[in-house]
Amino acid sequence: MKKAILFLSVLSIAGFVSCKKDNKDPEPSNPTSPAPTPTTGNLTVQFTNMVDAQPLVFNTGYKIMGGDSFKVTKLNYYITNIRITKTDNSVYSETNSYHLVEHSNPSSTSITLPNVPNGSYKSISFTLGVDSALNVSGAQQGDLSPTKGMFWSWNSGYIMFKLEGSSPASGASSKGLLYHVGGFSGANKTQREFAFNFGATTANVNGTSTTPKVKVSTNVTELFRNPNTINFSVLHTVHMPGADAKKLADNYADMFTFDSVVN
Amino acid sequence: MFFNKGKNSFVAGCAAMLLVSACSVDPKIVPVLPANDIREVIPDGWPQPVYRFERNPLGEKGFILGRELFYDPLLSKDNTISCGSCHQQFVAFAHADHDVSHGILGRLGTRNAPALFNLTWHPSFMHDGGVNHIENQPLAPVENPLEMDEKIGNVINKLQASAKYRRLFNDAFGSEEVTYQRFAQAFAQFMGMLYSYNSKYDIVMRKEGTASFSDEEQRGYNLFRAKCATCHKEPLFSDFSYHNNGLPVKPSVNDSGRAHITLNPADLYKFKTPSLRNIALTKPYMHDGRFETLEQCLNHYNGGVTNPVNLDPQLQGGIPLSAQDKQDLIAFLKTLTDYKLLFDKKFADPNGQ
Repeated sequence: MKKAILFLSVLSIAGFVSCKKDNKDPEPSNPTSPAPTPTTGNLTVQFTNMVDAQPLVFNTGYKIMGGDSFKVTKLNYYITNIRITKTDNSVYSETNSYHLVEHSNPSSTSITLPNVPNGSYKSISFTLGVDSALNVSGAQQGDLSPTKGMFWSWNSGYIMFKLEGSSPASGASSKGLLYHVGGFSGANKTQREFAFNFGATTANVNGTSTTPKVKVSTNVTELFRNPNTINFSVLHTVHMPGADAKKLADNYADMFTFDSVVN
Repeated sequence: MFFNKGKNSFVAGCAAMLLVSACSVDPKIVPVLPANDIREVIPDGWPQPVYRFERNPLGEKGFILGRELFYDPLLSKDNTISCGSCHQQFVAFAHADHDVSHGILGRLGTRNAPALFNLTWHPSFMHDGGVNHIENQPLAPVENPLEMDEKIGNVINKLQASAKYRRLFNDAFGSEEVTYQRFAQAFAQFMGMLYSYNSKYDIVMRKEGTASFSDEEQRGYNLFRAKCATCHKEPLFSDFSYHNNGLPVKPSVNDSGRAHITLNPADLYKFKTPSLRNIALTKPYMHDGRFETLEQCLNHYNGGVTNPVNLDPQLQGGIPLSAQDKQDLIAFLKTLTDYKLLFDKKFADPNGQ
């Protein structure tokens, strides 16, 4: 009977613990054997938002387009389907690879991939935007939750890229600039693919001792030029899929550049 | 092990009690439903639904949470308007006698609040089909500035701050965390259960008992089959496609319909075909609630079809109907009323009168 009471006590404690939110098993500890060498590590992809050669700062005036100036007050975009390739051409694809980069939230500009197999990585690819299937599959969570403000409630689909700001040249009475770029299928789809080789360097994942960092620049000025020159007096407001959104997507197709790898 | 069989079961029982008492929550909420009442229904002869609850397992607790959300004005910016404000059970979840939607602060929308039933068969939602999934449908009225004018993030925060909802989310999903996905899936469980398949029409079609159409209803059904059923396709009484049915455009609104979503000129003035089920109750009619009576609707098809832009080919020249035809059609349309939907207590506001 003593054993029974002991067992009951343990069970009741277990029952109590199981109601808590974080019911994690304690880390297994075995002090007598040496820790095994980890076969995986982390790799970070860091995005730096730029206006040409200058780092982007909200509410700061920048001049482009032959004299037009503009300010940015909001910049968000989805980075998805991140894949990295080793020098032996094997590929690691992040699972559930959906990340919202928000300029207002510096931690969101660094994306850390966990459980990356050890090795030397020579290239990276990713998508700007959310793939078609997740635009038609109902309620999502995490960075894909509509609470992030990147989903159109009246016209289902993700806003892949959002830049808001102002310009004296804007044709809007408010002088605002509002570019909500989306459209997930058909001729006006706005997802764009990017791939970069690291050149002579590699990103070396080696257990958990260090985290290599792949640095990528995002030049928002590219939204306004090449191949489509955006005249703020004419195209100042885009808030649904269509030809205008596609124009902007064609422009941001060269928005990213690979900077460097820091091991 | 520690014990023989008899002791084991005793211990297991005590342990179960301990677990229950350790995890127990305030029991005062909501009536219990028969366990088999919350389940997917596909009536014989109906097509497969579009939405199947595969990744959103149906259950009593999810349904109860969805119902609570449906009737809670917390979803609106100033906490005054719920989904149930404009979707009333006694008129098949349409808005009785209101031509266009009513929002917070007396704001008026531009379109008629549609009736809600058999929603798991709908491939799209809203009169223009702008919403592509049942789970994301509640977002539209919540964030529409002329309706609830609230941000979904605020709704989630308000729910998370509520002890009642933390409990209901825990009941339904196993933890108190309120997420958009849980919110949306609970909503879909309630909305998806709003089945309508027990009208007189259904009973006659199923040959239950001695039910049969009157002569007038039968003539109306024959007319319906001949003249209306292409768009209002049985058994759901909609093809869920988009058509211009020739309504004159109201210049004050100039509602472009489906083209609002697609920007395609070929979609201009097309609207999603509404189901005719429960139509006798869901006045006023058409996407903007312009007609008060079924007679007016039939008169439109008989002689009022005017807007030629993308006019549905079936409606070229309208649908000639005699006075007797109209009377017979209306008699038939009245057989589409499903009183089970209207009076089923499990769909009613749990906190209402």
